[in-house]
Amino acid sequence: MAGKAELAADQHVRYIVTVEKKKDSFESLVMEHIRLNGAYWGLTTLDLLHKLHAVDAAEVVDWIMSCYHPESGGFGGNVGHDPHVLYTLSAVQVLCLFDRLDVLDVDKVADYVAGLQNEDGSFSGDIWGEVDTRFSYIALCTLSLLHRLHKIDVQKAVDFVVSCKNLDGGFGAMPGGESHAGQIFCCVGALAITGSLHHIDRDLLGWWLCERQCKDGGLNGRPEKLADVCYSWWVLSSLIMIDRVHWIDKEKLTKFILNCQDKENGGISDRPDNAVDIYHTYFGVAGLSLMEYPGVKPMDPAYALPLDVVNRIFLRK
Amino acid sequence: MHGRPRRPAKPEDEKAASAKAAKLRDLQAQVLQNHHSRTYTKEAIGLSFKLLEINPEAYTAWNYRKLAFQHNIKELSDPEAIRSAVDDELRVVEVALRQNPKSYGAWYHRKWLLNQKLAPVDSKREFGLLNKLLKVDARNFHGWNYRRFLARFMGVPDEEELKYTMDKISDNFSNYSAWHNRSILLSNLLIQQSKGFESKQKIFSEEFELVTQALFTDPSDQSGWFYHLWLLAQTSSPDNPQLIASWPCDGAKLSSSFVKENVEQNTLSSIWCHSLKEKTVPIVLYFNEPVKGLNQSSVKLKSDLDFGKDVHWRALSVTDSGYSNCWTTYLQITNECSSSQQYSVEVSIPSSDGIVSRSGSNYNCPVHFTFTIELISDDAQGIDLFDKPVAWNCSESLESHGNCKAIPFDPLKITSALVEDSNWHFERLTEEIDLFRELPDDKCKFVNLTLARLLLACAAIKSRGRSPIERKKYCEEALAHFSDLIHLDPSHKQYYEDERSLVLMDKLTCDMETFMKHCSVQVQNSVPLNHVQLCRLSLTCVGFVERLMWVQVLDLSHNSLRSIEGLEALQQLVSLNISNNHISNFTALEPLTKIMFLKVLDLSFNEIGAHSIDTTRYICSSPFSHKIEACEAFEECQKKNINVEEYWDAILFFKSLKLAQLDIKGNAVASKENFRTLIMTLIPSLKSINGECVN
Ligand SMILES: [Zn+2]
Repeated sequence: MAGKAELAADQHVRYIVTVEKKKDSFESLVMEHIRLNGAYWGLTTLDLLHKLHAVDAAEVVDWIMSCYHPESGGFGGNVGHDPHVLYTLSAVQVLCLFDRLDVLDVDKVADYVAGLQNEDGSFSGDIWGEVDTRFSYIALCTLSLLHRLHKIDVQKAVDFVVSCKNLDGGFGAMPGGESHAGQIFCCVGALAITGSLHHIDRDLLGWWLCERQCKDGGLNGRPEKLADVCYSWWVLSSLIMIDRVHWIDKEKLTKFILNCQDKENGGISDRPDNAVDIYHTYFGVAGLSLMEYPGVKPMDPAYALPLDVVNRIFLRK
Repeated sequence: MHGRPRRPAKPEDEKAASAKAAKLRDLQAQVLQNHHSRTYTKEAIGLSFKLLEINPEAYTAWNYRKLAFQHNIKELSDPEAIRSAVDDELRVVEVALRQNPKSYGAWYHRKWLLNQKLAPVDSKREFGLLNKLLKVDARNFHGWNYRRFLARFMGVPDEEELKYTMDKISDNFSNYSAWHNRSILLSNLLIQQSKGFESKQKIFSEEFELVTQALFTDPSDQSGWFYHLWLLAQTSSPDNPQLIASWPCDGAKLSSSFVKENVEQNTLSSIWCHSLKEKTVPIVLYFNEPVKGLNQSSVKLKSDLDFGKDVHWRALSVTDSGYSNCWTTYLQITNECSSSQQYSVEVSIPSSDGIVSRSGSNYNCPVHFTFTIELISDDAQGIDLFDKPVAWNCSESLESHGNCKAIPFDPLKITSALVEDSNWHFERLTEEIDLFRELPDDKCKFVNLTLARLLLACAAIKSRGRSPIERKKYCEEALAHFSDLIHLDPSHKQYYEDERSLVLMDKLTCDMETFMKHCSVQVQNSVPLNHVQLCRLSLTCVGFVERLMWVQVLDLSHNSLRSIEGLEALQQLVSLNISNNHISNFTALEPLTKIMFLKVLDLSFNEIGAHSIDTTRYICSSPFSHKIEACEAFEECQKKNINVEEYWDAILFFKSLKLAQLDIKGNAVASKENFRTLIMTLIPSLKSINGECVN
């Protein structure tokens, strides 16, 4: 074997900084409507690698605010796109990274999110009414970061998430929906943020989650599927929140992630030798962070932000 | 991006890509512009179709189409015209799904249209679309979600959908999505007691047969094993909650003090109880599953002592959810009572709708037990048990402790009037065990794991306290499977180690003879204390705490403990040694903050402070989970220049302890700046730290 695989941190930083500039490729155009998500993935990765200063904070904050819809209080995925909670959370998270929540009309944003709670406790993603436990997590996470959880019925929100629990211990997108690692992260995260993890059978869910580790060391999102770097985050963070992360082989997973790097041009792909993208670069680095990889800042598993950022928000007076 | 190979673009590809990109950029710009100017002409709507055809994820384009649809439908009154407008939208969704069958926006657009209820739904078309999509990808969870939506929308009975899952499973056993839907439908049908679904026993027998057939076809496929685990859980857990232990147990005699001669001559007839000095009687009840609803009317107390009006039962759990396995009350004696007289306390829990489990089933096996209290006025009231550092002696061989007679009660005596389980459960499990033993591939990890689980389920049913010998046999066999599993599947080694720890603790404590090898009475400053030593056993976690509720001194040193969850049930504990383990955070120690009289704690040589990721950060109470807010202790520490963002967990832990002795050497955190100041600030009662007296 040709030496121990290592994290190509410098290349990844360079990749993230330059990907922002390649706005005109077909790939980035297809992703144009979720550019705010992209900003969150890229900037969080930079922060994890201690390189957040490589971007101009003021410029980023200005651009974020250009996606804001002052009438509704929500953020669109890019300038000119409709508001949705998916992008509102990303906006809030990025502002947290830069410690710039002061630019927000916090109550207006919180009212936007709180206004999307339905009678049964669930959340719609926007005015069109699609319901999904992803939106429950997003709403709770956003409101918690803004210190505005009191604006919603937290108990009902928790009850709805619990109603999506399956007999395998996992969670789906809606009642009856099949368990899926991404959805499980959202539901476990929602319960973690609201101090409600007791609704989870941690041994049952922990076993389901640790069985996501495939022979190649990577993690998949559902039984009998291929491993993929993005599940490193969804599965690991869930396992950490329920204190069962020791049930997987971290060394093998670390190797899998490192093997998905493009060591020359930077970036991480879903599987070895596939095309890299910002999404998998973020999830790869975040996964390594959760496994205490040297040189990478530790992440908070529930808020999906660096630990120091979350500690600052909740512990600093 | 998923599944796209990494390769440098060829020049001719790049040219084509940039043409494609230019087209997409124009389309996106035009659609957004039409959206902002509220232009809903046929041509404008056509552009949005073109965009969604290339990029079904462009969510604002779906929003635009909904607005346009709403705008234009207002003009229409002819049902045919409305139907055709709905049809057009449905077709757009179908085209978009062809490009990406997992497009959230496309699937939701369809649901939204149906929910408008503007035109009759063509169920053949809807189910036809689904069949086609699920044929291409039988695991597409968007498709399955839509199918559940449609079945409810069209009023398709669950029985019918159950047949569909059967078809899908017959096509391919390895269809987790179909098994999942089956479990959902069956649960519904059982709850509704639909015709043919009244008997859980019959249904589950059939399901066991079905899944076993799948497992024998391909034992390495996960889908069936998860389904089997669900069936097993349904078969082996009792329907109603049961009380499995109490402290004091039936017949126990508690004393506020002791006669010195009796201690010396080893002729103790009672147990020293710390809180009796303060005229407080502790009662701890332990149930087999979390329950709620313990109060004055659900738990009856009878005694010749007065306990005041308010008997307050408290859930002993870290989660603070209202439900708990373990409940406690501290009874305050309010009347004058003469010393050297014995008083009895009778506890009875009748069948009650008040006490319920999480699943909503009520407590229905009445229990009754009695213990006695002896209040001795003694001259040594002010005795300080732990004025000198305690020396632990874990290298001493266990045999020397095996003084069984020293424990003047039977700690394993089960107080509960046990409810007979239906034999069906046990027979079913035995059948399954025989079946899996026949599976030729004994190297398959799922076979081993399932056998271990079946054996443990048998152990739980068989004994429930009654036949420890049989229980032990099951434990031993299960232990062998876990040892095999550690070698067969090293990636999940620590899962099997946790399971093995629990079974090992079961085995060591399930009968008195074995258990007593670990028990003794130790005299500390001439007070006899019940001592249990479970050292060097490679334990990674703690189980069966209901058998340890009488323990006052517990030595768990030199194991591999990562977690001590459950120890909060040990309300008699005054001294605990968990040195030389793998505890990695203060948050993992939160159970100890629930033990009122804990005085001595040895945490030395663990991994506290050595890890950047805290795996109990969200299990414990913290400001991040809103279970507690920033507290006064934070401010107090801030004043002493202690960094709260770094030490919040240590602060929350130590502020809740009233220790006399603490040993924390050999942990990364112990050498950090300000750490000693933190401890001294938060535990004013501390007399010694790391074996040295404090000033
Ligand atoms: Zn992925």
